[in-house]
Amino acid sequence: MVDVPGWGGNLAGQHLDLRLTAPDGYTAVRSYSIASAGPGDRVELAVDKFPDGEVSPYLVDDIQKGDELELRGPLGGWFVWKPEQTESVQLIGGGSGVVPLIAMVRSHAASGSTAPFRLLYSVRTPQDVFFADELRALAESSPYFDLNFVYTRAVPANWPSKPGRISREILEASTYPASISPAVFVCGPTGFVESVANILVALGHEPTSVKTERFGGK
Amino acid sequence: MGIISRGFSGRSREHNPDLPPGQYLAEDFPVLSAGPTPDIDTADWSFRVQTESGKQYTWSWDEMQALGLEEIHTDIHCVTRWSKLGTSWRGISLDKIFAGIETENAYVMAHSYGGYTTNVPLEDLLDGKAWIATEYDGEPLDPEHGGPARLLVPHLYFWKSAKWVNGLRMMETDDPGFWEQNGYHLYGDPWLEQRYW
Repeated sequence: MVDVPGWGGNLAGQHLDLRLTAPDGYTAVRSYSIASAGPGDRVELAVDKFPDGEVSPYLVDDIQKGDELELRGPLGGWFVWKPEQTESVQLIGGGSGVVPLIAMVRSHAASGSTAPFRLLYSVRTPQDVFFADELRALAESSPYFDLNFVYTRAVPANWPSKPGRISREILEASTYPASISPAVFVCGPTGFVESVANILVALGHEPTSVKTERFGGK
Repeated sequence: MGIISRGFSGRSREHNPDLPPGQYLAEDFPVLSAGPTPDIDTADWSFRVQTESGKQYTWSWDEMQALGLEEIHTDIHCVTRWSKLGTSWRGISLDKIFAGIETENAYVMAHSYGGYTTNVPLEDLLDGKAWIATEYDGEPLDPEHGGPARLLVPHLYFWKSAKWVNGLRMMETDDPGFWEQNGYHLYGDPWLEQRYW
């Protein structure tokens, strides 16, 4: 959570650049998706720690309350959802790729939107779920938001299926069908996004209605 | 200098003169695309240049390959801050494509399968600065990286090197393409850090 005087709010799905500066002037900049949306000068980030990374271990392990950060943003005008959009929205997130989708779910709830929203969240284990309580509470309280999980490494007790990667069968069972022409947002590691987007197109979704955001190489 | 990040030392102090400001070296080859990866058969592939007179010049895959492939060794720089140094490609020089084309226009909109567009000044595509790349690292270009053919304009940020390219349209003015309409710089010089407008 970062207080950014003069930020002035951001759209759901946008990102920012975060810059760290060492005492000798060396700087490192990385882009992070924003988990918060809407007006206001408080920005929430959710950072996955890459053990060999240069910036994420500092943000996860070293930074303390009250430290100052340099941010630039909000950035990006493509992978965004605006409350005035009325069509059905299918969100599909892999790992920390769920962060910009969380911002969309929050914006959807905060604006009182009645556009049908559905999130399919692929995650390693139940302990790895970002914003778990908030997501479950929103899914229980809102008639316009459905939440589905795919666990790739370990499932909760009494879960009806084994852990496994997202598949055509899971996408058919747990996402809006192409017949209702949802706007689809897919975010996650490159391999995840490639595989999900290809299946969606095979299931009949228009490629132009599937927006993707990828991170990492292959 | 900005705010010092307490306790941050960073990874490396070795200054690499081949790395533009704000970039880091990528070990892998990250993928950045706005939508699904299109599946394009070279048998169906065609490439078209359209000028201000309305005239269209088209090439099939075989006609394009017959123009002759060049070896390209270059550094590439993505606006999302990764760079790869010394990458190897093969492709057709845009000088060969423009050799028989008459135009007075100074700007080009590159078009791709899937609807992606990006704008580039014509002079940035000529004189050995740009190619239609069809091979990477000795192999046919992967669909994820823009195969079967992508524009390669390595002196600009890599979003200008349009994946799945299928045509160029001449323009009188430097109209913004897809990412340029979505907050990215109209020109995109990595050495000047022209990331956003």
